[in-house]
Amino acid sequence: MTVSAPAPPTTPVAEPGGSGHRRDGRAALGFLAPSTSGFLLFTLIPLVGSLVISFFAWPVLGRRRFVGLDNFVELLTDPIFHRVMLNTLVFVLVYVPLNVVVSLGLALWISPRIRGRGLYRLLFFIPTVTPMIANALVWRLLYQPGGPIDQGFQAVFGMPSPNFLGDNRWAMAAVILMSVWQGFGYNMLVFSAGLDAIPQSLHEAASIDGAGPLRRFWSVTLPMLSPSMFFAMIMTLITSFQVFVQPYALTAGGPGVATETMVLHLYREGFVQFDLGTASTIGWFLFMIIMLVTALQFLGQKRWVHYDD
Amino acid sequence: MTTETLSRPATTQTATVRTRRATPRGVVSQVLLTAVLLLFLMPFVWMIATALKPPAEVFGAGNGLVGSEIRWSNFAEAWGYLPFGRFMINGLFVAVAGTVVVCVTSVLSAYAFARLRFRFRDRIFLLYLGTLMVPQEVTVVPMFILMQQFGWVDSYAALILPWAFTAFGTFLLRQFFLTIPRELEEAATIDGASRVRILLQVVVPIAKPAVAVLAAFTFINYWNSFLWPLIVVNSRDMSTVPLGLNLFLSQNGNQWHLLMAAAAISMLPTVVMVVLLQRHLVRGIALSGLGGR
Repeated sequence: MTVSAPAPPTTPVAEPGGSGHRRDGRAALGFLAPSTSGFLLFTLIPLVGSLVISFFAWPVLGRRRFVGLDNFVELLTDPIFHRVMLNTLVFVLVYVPLNVVVSLGLALWISPRIRGRGLYRLLFFIPTVTPMIANALVWRLLYQPGGPIDQGFQAVFGMPSPNFLGDNRWAMAAVILMSVWQGFGYNMLVFSAGLDAIPQSLHEAASIDGAGPLRRFWSVTLPMLSPSMFFAMIMTLITSFQVFVQPYALTAGGPGVATETMVLHLYREGFVQFDLGTASTIGWFLFMIIMLVTALQFLGQKRWVHYDD
Repeated sequence: MTTETLSRPATTQTATVRTRRATPRGVVSQVLLTAVLLLFLMPFVWMIATALKPPAEVFGAGNGLVGSEIRWSNFAEAWGYLPFGRFMINGLFVAVAGTVVVCVTSVLSAYAFARLRFRFRDRIFLLYLGTLMVPQEVTVVPMFILMQQFGWVDSYAALILPWAFTAFGTFLLRQFFLTIPRELEEAATIDGASRVRILLQVVVPIAKPAVAVLAAFTFINYWNSFLWPLIVVNSRDMSTVPLGLNLFLSQNGNQWHLLMAAAAISMLPTVVMVVLLQRHLVRGIALSGLGGR
């Protein structure tokens, strides 16, 4: 991420022999060729290409036709796409805070006082690396009527649980819950590393000054952790706008379009309806939203992120 | 609860002193945490329990965690129902090949950006950086058309190459290379070693932890990748494990005992990898900024 990118080194160390520059140029070509040619072909060209494609009616098979901004206009006036954007927004707005709270809470809880903290961290981290589709299938089983959650419900309340995946009011919540379960492990580790790096002397100094635990949390831990928080928020926001596998495997976007997200919609338009122009346009909407949100976060960071220097 | 634990020491020295004197509060905290962990692990437990049950006992009241018999044969049946062996081999091949390409190209380009001086270096690097934020979904459509043009649809090349040249590996390794003291390389230069030898024999050994982290997460990403294979693969023979699970679901989504066995099999390689990598986990994530999923 650009977040942690330091400025390029400004004072290159002089190397023996003043003629190093030209030799470096030739060597650089060799070192960079494999990476840069692939980067050009598979990153830069597709990136430009996706914008070009969004100005076309571009079926997978058959003739393509330039349509100007039609794809953009059609999507912006399509009530289904409005719902898709809303769904994605709801997912992001609920998922990101939940993820941060759970991961920060557990990172704090798994303090040095806990025995075997490495093992706890490892186990909480596991679902982030197991295939998302497998995780989602397991949760699909858990959510089934007659499944374990329903059974537990019946045992405790004496009535069946809601049909989580089939009910309009519950489906998105079910998708979000599963996503938090599977995703918070990354940020938990980011926060753990951040917490371990806070010098103990700061806490002690605050204690001597009479600060209680809550006060120390607000005035020492949170500010010291804010760079980690900023980084985690940026990454989590970006990836949560891209949510795809969870609704695909849990609800297939349903019931109706209640859990259809932008990327799921992109997939359907492009590779089920075979309308690549519309799919590419959705991709660009996504990209623009992500850039906007990231830019806003960078603008807002001065208010709450504290860097040491 | 959480705010109280803050007051605990973070340095390991004092921590060991404190843990030896187990306070009642500490014990409660540990017990509660373990309870949370067990609840958290329930989906996995239920997956394995279901994978070992007779099919009739998957749903409904009165069926506990363990069925009337432990059916290991479910795993064999799931394995045999679809060519899961083939999916595993495809997945492993794609993941290993992709990881090798990513590591080799990233080491080379990271070294160039970190150590060589050439024209437009910083501009090219900025261009790399700028694309880190581009979501994969933006480029899947043109990438698919590119694959059509190349005649690569439904091939290993399409599964491996398109995502092997992202800027991430270059960025991660460059950051690490910059922390290596130049003196080490200068000594080798005086001894007459070529740049490639310096890279392979001086820089890469020092950067091993960073390369290992990059390799492990690249492997996991390839292994788990779903959207792209779903788009570019349309035959059973080319399917990777996540696609196989999807196929399984669409063919007989109600055979939950087999589906869970298949899911458990698909998780194994990544779990093994993370357990082996455990020591580098926290450091690697802090270092590489892989957070946020």
